[in-house]
Amino acid sequence: MWAVSIALIPAFVASVTFFGPRALAVLAVGVLSCVLTEAFIQAFMLKKPVSVSDGSAVVTGLLLAFNIPVSIPLWMVAVGGFVAIGIGKMAFGGIGNNPFNPALVGRAFMTTSFAAPMTNWRLPLVFDGSTGATPLGIIENAASTGMSAIQSELPGYFDMFIGNIGGSLGETSALAILLGGIFLIARGLIDWRTPVFFLGSLAAFTGIFWGIAPESYADPLFHVLAGGAMLGAWFMATDMTTSPMSRNGRIVFAVGAGLLTGVIRLFGAFPGGVSYAILIMNALVPAIDSHIRPKRFAQGALHEKA
Amino acid sequence: MSKTFPMGGIHPPDTKISAAAPITPLAIPAEVVIPLGQHIGAPAEAIVKAGDKVKAGQLIAETAGFISANIHSSVSGTVKKIDDVADPCGYSKKAVYITVEGDEWAEGIDRSSTLKKEITLDREAIVEKIKAGGIVGMGGASFPTNVKYMIPEGKTADTLVINGVECEPYLTADHRLMLEYADEMLVGVEILRVALGVEKAVIGIEENKPDAIKLLTEKSAEYAGITVESLHMQYPQGAEKQLIKACTGREVPSGKLPIEVGCAVNNVGTAYAVYQMVQKNQPLVERVVTVTGKQVSKPSNFLVRIGTSYAACIEAAGGLPEDTGKVISGGPMMGMAVADLSIPVAKGTSGILMLPKAESVRPEVEHCIRCGACVSVCPMGLEPYLLEKFARADKWDQAEQRAATDCMECGCCSYACPSGRPLLDYIRIAKGEINNRRRARASQ
Ligand code: SF4
Ligand code: SF4
Repeated sequence: MWAVSIALIPAFVASVTFFGPRALAVLAVGVLSCVLTEAFIQAFMLKKPVSVSDGSAVVTGLLLAFNIPVSIPLWMVAVGGFVAIGIGKMAFGGIGNNPFNPALVGRAFMTTSFAAPMTNWRLPLVFDGSTGATPLGIIENAASTGMSAIQSELPGYFDMFIGNIGGSLGETSALAILLGGIFLIARGLIDWRTPVFFLGSLAAFTGIFWGIAPESYADPLFHVLAGGAMLGAWFMATDMTTSPMSRNGRIVFAVGAGLLTGVIRLFGAFPGGVSYAILIMNALVPAIDSHIRPKRFAQGALHEKA
Repeated sequence: MSKTFPMGGIHPPDTKISAAAPITPLAIPAEVVIPLGQHIGAPAEAIVKAGDKVKAGQLIAETAGFISANIHSSVSGTVKKIDDVADPCGYSKKAVYITVEGDEWAEGIDRSSTLKKEITLDREAIVEKIKAGGIVGMGGASFPTNVKYMIPEGKTADTLVINGVECEPYLTADHRLMLEYADEMLVGVEILRVALGVEKAVIGIEENKPDAIKLLTEKSAEYAGITVESLHMQYPQGAEKQLIKACTGREVPSGKLPIEVGCAVNNVGTAYAVYQMVQKNQPLVERVVTVTGKQVSKPSNFLVRIGTSYAACIEAAGGLPEDTGKVISGGPMMGMAVADLSIPVAKGTSGILMLPKAESVRPEVEHCIRCGACVSVCPMGLEPYLLEKFARADKWDQAEQRAATDCMECGCCSYACPSGRPLLDYIRIAKGEINNRRRARASQ
């Protein structure tokens, strides 16, 4: 799990660069609350050896902090960390047994409990850190207003790529996420198919609507770079405990998460859909695992027999 | 791109530290203990009794059933008793104890090193002779070789696959045999090709043995039917189905034998033993055994008379290192830890490996973190994590439904599991249960 933390370093650096020293405080509280919650539950409630040194709580803490805005009160971050580990992970029996991505459980709890602070987005420091909408927030009503009316408000693709836009701490810089993701693939720690099929199906889905009505819908590249798509595809959907075991199962999972993200973004009540899309697919993992099995040796012969 | 099998597999460090050690005959011990069940199938029935004089190469126990193998004395001397001895798994088996006197061979056995190339026997006679010589698969499984060459009605073979892969780390017995007895081995391959009644024989060798690939490619040029296939290194390439896939591209279906796709597979050691029996009348009474380990002072490849104790082999390789935590019969992946070093070398003993203490401790078993590593390394496309779960919960039907019996016990899953879970141990239990239940169903 420590390798995942290493892979998150570029996104860490990007978040502090773009959102300033307060980002550091949010990250620190996120990580500490997760690690302490895990240690506390293991030591005092389960009376078991403390396993925080496996690095998994650190990853949860980082990912949780990456998924929330920089302006959030720190105590809320601590509550989110407590929920992520306490309910998202330990209540299910600890590492390996949790069906949902703990960081996303924490985030979902925070979005429903602290709705306003969780959407109080700040622009990066270069824009004086003032309150501002995220790209997805800007296009939320594009279907009625038309894309051309809001075009001037949207950031350029280059800014979206490097992360010079409003949004959650760690989700804005596609470049930083990509660096970490490539590291994980090179180390053989994640299956490249997950991010590729996730983003690919999101692009395909949004691309169809854009192709039909470009004046009402943003283009697929925008959707891939905006919001939590990159962070979700590379770091949340690839979480091994909460994704399927077989290669084909992971493809189904990734495509499902990509499509759901598209559906929520275009038709849902709120602009961001990645975390709910992944949570829904998390819930389907047992079904995917029982129906989609790995390819057997001499699979062809099995079919002949049947 | 050299060939290999397409799915699963691992790359353990190959640690072939005895690769340069030439095959040397091990001194004949004062006593040998020859088990009657050294093969898969029914143990042979002893035809000697205490006090009988025997010569090396003399038949001392006969096949007892269709799948069984003859046993010959590996030494000359007097039968001391017929009594129990432990096998590498610790089970008691009957064995013939012989006190060694001199080294006299039974009549008709040609112990000279003259190469005899010309094959005079026909198919049936060869298979009969292989059976008489008590020859079994020498790669470890010890399946009676003659049985493989009795092709079931309705099936035809077209390719003989010879296993020179030796994909287990540490082991070098086959490698040395290919280098030092290439001519004899090739004649053995030719004999097996005739016995199978096919035109083509492919010898598969992994790339970590370039010298053997080169030598056998050169030498096999004079045999029209034999080719050498250089294979990309990957464990478990020596497994029958994986080797056939790598060498011929064919896939043996679940629950079927190689003959289903027109193949038979034998190991290079078996080919050599076949040469010895068919050309020189020498039954299977000795074999090459790799005796090795990181702290062993003289990692060696010995030509050992069957029935010699493990302890004698270890002594000859410089003795048991002080730091030894485990002694393994076979290689580190598929071998068995042995508790008692007085047990005898059998026909299937490919190596004796001494692992230092640090490498012998089992890691602490942690929770399954659902990383999927076991699934992606399984060469058979199984779900080891799930089979383990079913086995722990006695859910034999589910384990059967998820094809537990396809598992060939390569151990890749346990090797790859970051949580140190003993996956294969549980899958073995599941396989045993499923097979018992199938037998019970069949006998109803
Ligand atoms: S399940 Fe069996 S065949 Fe598959 S990796 Fe494990 S031991 Fe090998
Ligand atoms: S390799 Fe081990 S930890 Fe990973 S899925 Fe398999 S059993 Fe679980």
